[in-house]
Amino acid sequence: MANPPATATTSVDKPIVGSLSEVHADADRPLPAHPVTTVMEARDLNVFYGDFHAVHDVNLAYGRNEITAMIGPSGCGKSTVLRCLNRMNDLVTGARVEGQVLYHDQDIYAKGVDPIAVRTHIGMVFQKPNPFPKSIYDNIAYGPRVTGMKVDSMDDLVEEALRGAALWDEVKDKLKQSAYGLSGGQQQRLCIARTIATKPDVILMDEPCSALDPIATARVEDLMIDLRKDYTIIVVTHNMQQAARVSDRTAFFTARPDETTGNRTGLLVEYDLTSKIFSNPGDKRTEDYISGRFG
Amino acid sequence: MSTTTAGPAGPSNATGLPAAPFLGAKRRPLEAVIKALLIISAMLSIAITFGIIAALIRPVIDFFGEIPFSTFFSNDQQFGVLPLVVGTLMVTVIALVVAVPLGLGAAMYLSEYASRRARKVLKPTVELLAGVPSVVYGFFALTFVTPALLQGLLNLEIGFTNALAAGLVLGVMIIPTIASLAEDALSAVPQAMRQGSLAMGANRMQTTVRVVLPAAISGVAAAIVLGMSRAIGETMIVALAAGAQKNSSLDIFEGHQTMTGFMAQTAGGENPVGSLEYNTLFAVGMLLFLITLVLNMISISIVRRFRQAY
Repeated sequence: MANPPATATTSVDKPIVGSLSEVHADADRPLPAHPVTTVMEARDLNVFYGDFHAVHDVNLAYGRNEITAMIGPSGCGKSTVLRCLNRMNDLVTGARVEGQVLYHDQDIYAKGVDPIAVRTHIGMVFQKPNPFPKSIYDNIAYGPRVTGMKVDSMDDLVEEALRGAALWDEVKDKLKQSAYGLSGGQQQRLCIARTIATKPDVILMDEPCSALDPIATARVEDLMIDLRKDYTIIVVTHNMQQAARVSDRTAFFTARPDETTGNRTGLLVEYDLTSKIFSNPGDKRTEDYISGRFG
Repeated sequence: MSTTTAGPAGPSNATGLPAAPFLGAKRRPLEAVIKALLIISAMLSIAITFGIIAALIRPVIDFFGEIPFSTFFSNDQQFGVLPLVVGTLMVTVIALVVAVPLGLGAAMYLSEYASRRARKVLKPTVELLAGVPSVVYGFFALTFVTPALLQGLLNLEIGFTNALAAGLVLGVMIIPTIASLAEDALSAVPQAMRQGSLAMGANRMQTTVRVVLPAAISGVAAAIVLGMSRAIGETMIVALAAGAQKNSSLDIFEGHQTMTGFMAQTAGGENPVGSLEYNTLFAVGMLLFLITLVLNMISISIVRRFRQAY
């Protein structure tokens, strides 16, 4: 099984080019070959749903202030891996996780770790916009309220979050109106605003644009690149152009059928700089997939 | 085969193009029959409702021809309806105090906390309770709740028939209605809503109370309204356990006849058709009908106002 060298964690075997701020100042983002600072890391991650082995031995390190895209065909386990990163898989009956998911070098699956605490640091944006049936204001204020965040002024926090998600100008006059009056793209940006209102460290995005039209998609993609300054973003996408446009690094997953049962187990094929994955992939399967020859 | 250009609906021609398909209207007689049957069944319930009102109106007019409104809406020992309204409302309030927290608690547990297996066993069991005949509940109130529980265990100075026992048992009777319907409403809230809340770092209780319950509020309110309507209209329990004394005091330890209890008693058969006593029955029935109608309308408007669509 492919276990690409780029999954090495903090041990960097090539010299780091410049500091992170310099890297981000550059329009072309000449990133080092390996994440400089690892925020999260999956180690020998295996996921089972009952008897079904969904994900096999994934090793993947996510760099701070980078956008990491996880791509691959349906059933390759990329969404499953994403949901392991903030323990959302706990909600699936019969789901079992083996291996480690490190967040600032702590295993979030270790005994005594509170999944609720994990989720306050690692936020998530879902495939379909899922605002709460509340006002725009209350949607943003919900997270800080339930997590008991110390807030000087909720109004300021709501404004800051909505500005952060590039939504403020569109909704500032109707904060007390239902979030369901917004368009799909606005709702999705509201969900992003809601997530950043709790000031997380990492934002997970599960196909955040798949329910949006191209214009709304472009706005969310711009937003993701803006948010990279302050957050680490991990995004699952079906859209390879999207991965190529927004991400710094790309992990390609595929599904391997079991010889006896025919069940398809997801595994990581290749993980590298996005520019390299899309121009000069190291694995034949990656090349087939990104060039559209995937069987 | 013709070599000239065929008309729009003609057969395939020499150009080799396929014939245009026939798009004309087709007769579907069965469709019309089914539509008619569906209209009839929809209309029937409306017709029955109006039929009930029509049947009530004549004796009610006769009644108010002899007894003025002021006497009817008073504490008059013979024709005053006020003590009956007080009895009904007291018993209903006690029932709701019991049934709303327990019913919603059961619904929240079943929908948000119970494992799939627990729910599969518990939900039908709860619904089974709704099938217990109310006369059984009435005897339960009369022969167990009052003597053993209220008088025996709690040592209360309480009458043989009293509003408290009737209200408590009435509450137990409507728990399954509220629990089952509220559970349906909570379960219908999309999973995405819960995931969104949990992903924000909310715990399960916060998710249930602040997101799922508000999202399901119209269904939950409908469940409570239905439970309340059942409590107001319930006859056997109150006829047995709440007593047959007209009583306009607010003491829940005393017996209170309710509107339905009065009607059951009066309809006993001693009063000839057309007599004043017979017509009283209809006047009280009409009032009961109007009270439930108004309560339903109020709750519908409350639900509309607070509804959070998803």
